[in-house]
Amino acid sequence: MSSASVPPLSIIVGDEELLVDRAVAELVAAVRAGDLEVDVHDLVPSQVTAGKLVEVTSPSLFGERRVVVLRSAQDLTKDLVAEVTGYLKDPADDVVMVLAHAGGAKGKALLEAATKAGATRINCAKPTKAAERLQFIKGEFSRADRQITADAAQALLDAVGSDLREIAAACTQLVVDTDGRVDAAAVARYHTGKAEASGFTVADRTVEGRLPEALEQLRWSLAVGTAPVLINSALAGAVRGLAVVAQPQRGVADAELAKRAKVPPWKLRTLRQQARGWTPQGVARAMAVIAETDALIKGAGRDPAYALERAVIEIAAARGSVLR
Amino acid sequence: MLKRMSVFDDLVGQDTVIEQLRSATRAAGEQLAGGAGGGMTHAWLFTGPPGSGRAEAARAFAAALQCADGGCGHCSSCHQVFAGTHTDVLYVRPSGLSFGVDRTRELVLRAASRPTSGRFRIVLFEDADRATEAASNALLKAVEEPSPRTVWLLCTPTAEDMLVTIRSRCRQVRLRTPPTRAVVDVLVNRDGVAPDTAAEAARAAAGHIERARRLATDPDARERRSEVLAIPARLDGMGACVSAAARLYELAEAEAKATTSALDEQEKSDLKAAFGEGGTGKGVAKAVRGAAGAIKDLEEQQKRRATRIKRDTYDLALMDLVAFYRDVLAIQLGARVELSTGAHEADLMRVARASSPESTLRRIDAIMACRERIAANVHPQIAMEAMTAALYMG
Repeated sequence: MSSASVPPLSIIVGDEELLVDRAVAELVAAVRAGDLEVDVHDLVPSQVTAGKLVEVTSPSLFGERRVVVLRSAQDLTKDLVAEVTGYLKDPADDVVMVLAHAGGAKGKALLEAATKAGATRINCAKPTKAAERLQFIKGEFSRADRQITADAAQALLDAVGSDLREIAAACTQLVVDTDGRVDAAAVARYHTGKAEASGFTVADRTVEGRLPEALEQLRWSLAVGTAPVLINSALAGAVRGLAVVAQPQRGVADAELAKRAKVPPWKLRTLRQQARGWTPQGVARAMAVIAETDALIKGAGRDPAYALERAVIEIAAARGSVLR
Repeated sequence: MLKRMSVFDDLVGQDTVIEQLRSATRAAGEQLAGGAGGGMTHAWLFTGPPGSGRAEAARAFAAALQCADGGCGHCSSCHQVFAGTHTDVLYVRPSGLSFGVDRTRELVLRAASRPTSGRFRIVLFEDADRATEAASNALLKAVEEPSPRTVWLLCTPTAEDMLVTIRSRCRQVRLRTPPTRAVVDVLVNRDGVAPDTAAEAARAAAGHIERARRLATDPDARERRSEVLAIPARLDGMGACVSAAARLYELAEAEAKATTSALDEQEKSDLKAAFGEGGTGKGVAKAVRGAAGAIKDLEEQQKRRATRIKRDTYDLALMDLVAFYRDVLAIQLGARVELSTGAHEADLMRVARASSPESTLRRIDAIMACRERIAANVHPQIAMEAMTAALYMG
């Protein structure tokens, strides 16, 4: 990007700080590439006043270009939003304005005003799905002209967790420490274990009857500090889902079923798969175990970890049971 | 409402208790006149099943003690006691799940002062069983040796709910479950309910007067009850179990919200006004900022109250279910008793035919287990799903 091609107004939408920082840095670098004499004003809402805005956007004596970055633009007060909107209607020639907005409903008026004023939009939303994070890891390596195998990327993701900054840092480290194509063995040399094991994974493995994996996941998630109550409520959610799809009430449409099971409609298929091998008796037994476990976790028992382990074992055993 | 002839008019089907309280009132009069007054004492424990009117009995007794005529029911003193505005009667009504030691100590202090009217200083403690253990201990000393004119009136479902040391220092007043006939009479004569509706409500409430009144006068309450009672016949699969539990959960949430939301807002804005919000002038901004802590306390208190209302609502629904299965059991065993859920006869018969008395008992146990779990803080939806599943399995 040369200096001439940098748009005079950009809006960065999203709440992933790392990506926002990178986008800002790229824009600043692009401006610098064309003109070394650049003033960069990187402002957070607490630093912004009407006076400051006028100061940074008014023509400079020596004619150098300026980059004005307004961080967390959604948190600007109403008066300041009016100031910024006013500026957008009559922008200065030698100023590159960058607004960083978290997205969402807060401060939406400013977002709309900027879009209307012809801002270039850069999306920096937090990746929510695992696939997006894997894509991000691959991207990190290709930025450094390197490659990573799919299973290695997955292993890295498991070990580091979902925080993008941490993932990026781990990638940089691997790029420096290894040579050639990064494979699972290379990742295993530096990273091991699981950073994040949620109650949902525990619940899924349990109702699928994969007991060893369920217990392993349970231990991981307790080790990384997931609250026992949350794990139990994930178990309850999974069994509730089974109950809803295993013996649906007559004349209930899929959309309604999904609502009752409290899952998005696309997850019904997974639920139906999980429900194979479950009898009503088994589900009823599992529900009783969960209610008991909830009491044990909340003070009726001494050791929540033990209570959960027992629950996982009993629920997995209830799968396929015919008689009580 | 008819004009009260005596403060004891409101007590339904409690003739023995009324006699006991009348003679205590007479003895109290003697005591004030300088006599021995042997029938009067300084601590009373009112016990009786929910809805039998423990608090009403205690209040009537308080009015009788404060009244120069021994409880005429229409003098200003009697009115004040019934309206809750009498200066010498302290009302304590725990709105949360428990009553703590701090508030108890405060209460003990206030109870120790002399009466302003020259008769008695009375503390009326409803739901005294909600006092925590520490609170009960704080209460003990005051109940044991109160100031000369202080009278403690404690209300609990059973005497066993109180610390044994407190129990032994109180004279007990035992109320009984009022017979259905007496409840019907009250609903017809006092609340002007049609006899048919009154009879049905009285049977449904099984001796719980307030509940009977609510059912007789509030169509929504009747609706909710019949929705709860329709659950057993609809449990035809695990899916239905989940929806039934979710429905019970929603009903309770809605009930709690309906009762508390308006109240919560009002209390909050009152508190903010007390801290000077909306005012102008020097120092107002600082005072308003200082309200944050108080508002947080208030919100916590409101949350506790909402929790209690929810728990009470679950309990009501679960007890209705128990009543249903009790009637099923009565039909299965051929017992000739009054059915409290007689309006759902078709469902009763169907369930009775389709199952054995043993499984009915198992079902009742499942409901009771669910009540205990909710009381032990298990997530209500989880507890109720386990229950509906057990009801379905039989």
